[in-house]
Amino acid sequence: MSDGMYAGKPALEAYGLGMRYRRGWALRDCSFRLPAGRICGLVGPNGAGKTTLLNIAAHVLEPTNGSISLFGEAPGSAESGRRTAFLAQEKPLFRRFTVAETLRLGRELNPGWDQRAAEDIIRAGNVPFEAKISTLSGGQRTRVAIALAFGKRPELLLLDEPMSDLDPVVRHEIMGILLAEAAEHGTTVLMSTHVLAELENVCDYLVVVSGGGVRLAGDVDELMSVHTMVTGVREGDGLPVALGHHTLVESRISGRQFTALIRPEGPVTGPWETDTPNMEELLLAYLRSPDAPPLVTPTAQVHGQGQAFGIGTVAA
Amino acid sequence: MVVVIVEYRIDRRSGVPAFQQIVQQTKQALRLGVLVPGDRLPTAKEVAETTAVNPNTTLKAYRELEREGLVEPRPGQGTFVRRTLGRPETGTDSPLYAELAAWMSKAAGAGLEQEDVAALVASAMEKQYAAGTTAATGSTTTRSTGE
Repeated sequence: MSDGMYAGKPALEAYGLGMRYRRGWALRDCSFRLPAGRICGLVGPNGAGKTTLLNIAAHVLEPTNGSISLFGEAPGSAESGRRTAFLAQEKPLFRRFTVAETLRLGRELNPGWDQRAAEDIIRAGNVPFEAKISTLSGGQRTRVAIALAFGKRPELLLLDEPMSDLDPVVRHEIMGILLAEAAEHGTTVLMSTHVLAELENVCDYLVVVSGGGVRLAGDVDELMSVHTMVTGVREGDGLPVALGHHTLVESRISGRQFTALIRPEGPVTGPWETDTPNMEELLLAYLRSPDAPPLVTPTAQVHGQGQAFGIGTVAA
Repeated sequence: MVVVIVEYRIDRRSGVPAFQQIVQQTKQALRLGVLVPGDRLPTAKEVAETTAVNPNTTLKAYRELEREGLVEPRPGQGTFVRRTLGRPETGTDSPLYAELAAWMSKAAGAGLEQEDVAALVASAMEKQYAAGTTAATGSTTTRSTGE
């Protein structure tokens, strides 16, 4: 099932991306591939390099090492600039412009501008077109910024914590608009967040970065299907020995019970309960265990990466 | 003009994958006659707008329903219901329903709680249907229960 639909052309490819600030490395040897048409969550703890990664993709920052390509082009090129929209966390807008003037700016700067799409988003939130940006609430400002990004009709939308200052109702509405737009135009979305619950049912692709590197990347269904949550009675001080030949991501002992997230290397047989993890469990396990072996599934690997990770054999 | 007939409710905390919830709710609507042959299912875009569910999830659910022969995609128009799951015996006006309602009131009269009734129904259902003989569909296939 996965081949025809998932193997598609890449919207974004990162090759050994590294970024060094004065305080140290924010990103290190970060490689992954995002196929076009996917809605991808970019997850990681604070300071993991999510914003840095998005800023490099949006050509705001130049990487120290490595490179990134958007639809096969460098981030600075006219072609990738036209096809990509970036919504930064602080939602930069001209404070003295009105909403209508802000949209006009978008129209002047972008050849493929869709005025109706942008206006619809503004109108749905009852934001007055003649209001100055400086008089708007945080949520209204976010809405204007999102309208500006959508009006551009990008093929790749880069969003840095887009929902952080929205209330739950608006959050749900904006997410609905985002997904509906993506459905209609086949937009690829790369969206950073640390609200894990926000991702379930929204993202069909995941990239987890932590400690500057990629810990987990790939199609959500595929990632879920290669992991198993095992619960049972503990043996002595730790896990049952028989679990040892599987790849262990995380294990926890509480009382007489153990819980482990594993990547099975064969049938899991034993007096245990096994279950498929949900997205939150999977993400938490990887975020809590920086030493767990990383997993980048084949559709998320850039050329030559399979060998480096030694995981070229994950079944779809 | 086509109106949207069903709206899906996605429970993010249920542990049931969203695509399965869409499959189940569609089947339930077919069983109850809320959806009838010829109806158009909401598009992936419409579902995304109302429930904030990834469009690929909806498409996956529709493919599953298509595999079961319940719906068919018509290029450029949407996904349409092909056949219903309803049958005369499953309506609330059927004799079987009346018997069940009478039994329920007897159970309530005997002091059974809702959970007790649910447990009884579940175990009777298990006994009747889980053995592998699918009496419900009139099929004669029998699954071997031996190891």
